[in-house]
Amino acid sequence: MGAEPSPKIVIVDESPIRAAILEEGLREAGFTAVSHISEMHNLLARIYALDPDVIVIDLENPSRDVLEQMFQVSRAVRRPVAMFVDQSDAASIQASVDAGVSAYIVDGLKKERLKPILDLCISRFNAFAKLQDELDRAKSALEDRKVIDRAKGILMKLKGLTEDEAYVLLRSTAMREKKKIGEIAQSILTASELLK
Amino acid sequence: MTTPLRIGFIPLVDAAALIVAVDKGFTAAEGLDVTLVREVSWSNVRDKLNIGLFDAAHLLAPVAIASSLGLAHVKVPIVAPFNLGLNGNAITVSPALHADIMAEIDGDRYDPMATALALARVVAARRKRGAEPLTFGMTFPFSTHNYQLRFWMAAGGVDPDEDVRLVVLPPPYMVDSLANGHVDAFCVGAPWNSVAVDLGIGHILHFVSDILVRAAEKVLAVRQSWSQNNPEVLAALIRAAFRASQFIEQPINRAEVARMLAQPERIGVDADVVQRTLDGHLKISPDGIMRESGRYLLVGREEAGRPDPVQAAWLYAQMVRWGQAPLGPQALQVAMAVFRPDLYDAALGLPEGALRGTTDTIGAFAGPPFDAGDIAGHLAAFAIGRSKS
Repeated sequence: MGAEPSPKIVIVDESPIRAAILEEGLREAGFTAVSHISEMHNLLARIYALDPDVIVIDLENPSRDVLEQMFQVSRAVRRPVAMFVDQSDAASIQASVDAGVSAYIVDGLKKERLKPILDLCISRFNAFAKLQDELDRAKSALEDRKVIDRAKGILMKLKGLTEDEAYVLLRSTAMREKKKIGEIAQSILTASELLK
Repeated sequence: MTTPLRIGFIPLVDAAALIVAVDKGFTAAEGLDVTLVREVSWSNVRDKLNIGLFDAAHLLAPVAIASSLGLAHVKVPIVAPFNLGLNGNAITVSPALHADIMAEIDGDRYDPMATALALARVVAARRKRGAEPLTFGMTFPFSTHNYQLRFWMAAGGVDPDEDVRLVVLPPPYMVDSLANGHVDAFCVGAPWNSVAVDLGIGHILHFVSDILVRAAEKVLAVRQSWSQNNPEVLAALIRAAFRASQFIEQPINRAEVARMLAQPERIGVDADVVQRTLDGHLKISPDGIMRESGRYLLVGREEAGRPDPVQAAWLYAQMVRWGQAPLGPQALQVAMAVFRPDLYDAALGLPEGALRGTTDTIGAFAGPPFDAGDIAGHLAAFAIGRSKS
């Protein structure tokens, strides 16, 4: 960091978990002045109150358009802002859009100082997306297991099968129909609801 | 061979020609395999178009111009070969502000000069008693909404930068912000004005067609470089959008169109609200007053799809008037060249359009007729503005 003080960074993100992951990463990298805004109402006033050098916002946030107002020269805007757009660095822009994050520099912070911040945000955003994906998959696997257990129960009762036999029947049907076992189990549940 | 295309859009009724082109199969009939990507902000649409994640986009006409001029952002030349909609916005005010304006109005409530003058009196009275300035929501700094609000209030003597606050709000937040008193009014496209009226928290004060008879609103935008590399694909896309716009304008198709647009992955609002917008038959106040206008939103009729460079010049003039862009002949030329009637004509096999010159197609309620050939002279006719020449 050298003699220069750590730039003030504001994270605008409605997801508290992702913001926490980002904040932690930034602090670990030595950026100590990090704050987080999760409430979108009156966003500009909140940002001005914190008076940051860098603003980081997720691309799924409709309030990105609100930040665009800070580019404008008007009475309401105290310090000019620029998006991190380095025309010579298309890869960086692409990576940040892919990761779903965007960064704005306030009042002429040097580009070299933003780069490590942006890179860190990109990697943390990607890490969060991976985590979210794993969580979603684990959840759906758990859901599937519950559905399969109930379908097995129905088959055991209706056809007098053992649990293993019921599972084998589900699996062979799924293979024959080129579907997932969870889908076959779900259709058994639906059918049994209808036939009640 | 089908050509895969990714096209970004914002869930608004004026994305209709694009959505119907895809969902009714007009793009498929042209050999295009279009994936529509719903976006949450104009910044995202612009950036994803600029860096090539989108091949085309539903875009605010002024953003296409600002991007081509490199205003406040990276400069990426954009072309607009098809107008997705003309007009379609409305100004909605809170019940309290509506009552204040109606108490001050001297004249017809649908006359924008009468309401603008009434607004000026409301603003003056508020200042006198030390009340907070009124806050108006709009969707983007480079938006028709921004310019339409400014044009209207300035005609009545209200300085949009000094006398009131103009704030950017994402369209889906407009209604909440009005309900919570964070804004006193907003200018936005359909369906949000109707949503506010239906909730009983807003009155539609004006259709934008009261302010400007004909205003380019959203365009089908592509990168200029992409248009040069993919002329046939672009022509196919223009034809599909054109056919969709004609389909939408047939009253007999409206119910089907409204259902199509209402789908959750498209606009995701009540089909009934969408149909009212397309029909130009809107409830304008919570007590049920209805207002009809054949000009509320023009999708395909009156040659709405054909881009008109004079419209682009008018939008550029507003950027100049409000200090967003310097005035210069070259910038004007760049702005006008964003709108490409030649590509439209060629795609549809129309004879080369007659030179339509620089005459006024705007029909503004105040000021002299617009003259694209003399923007400085035109702007000099307006008392309020921040143009730097």
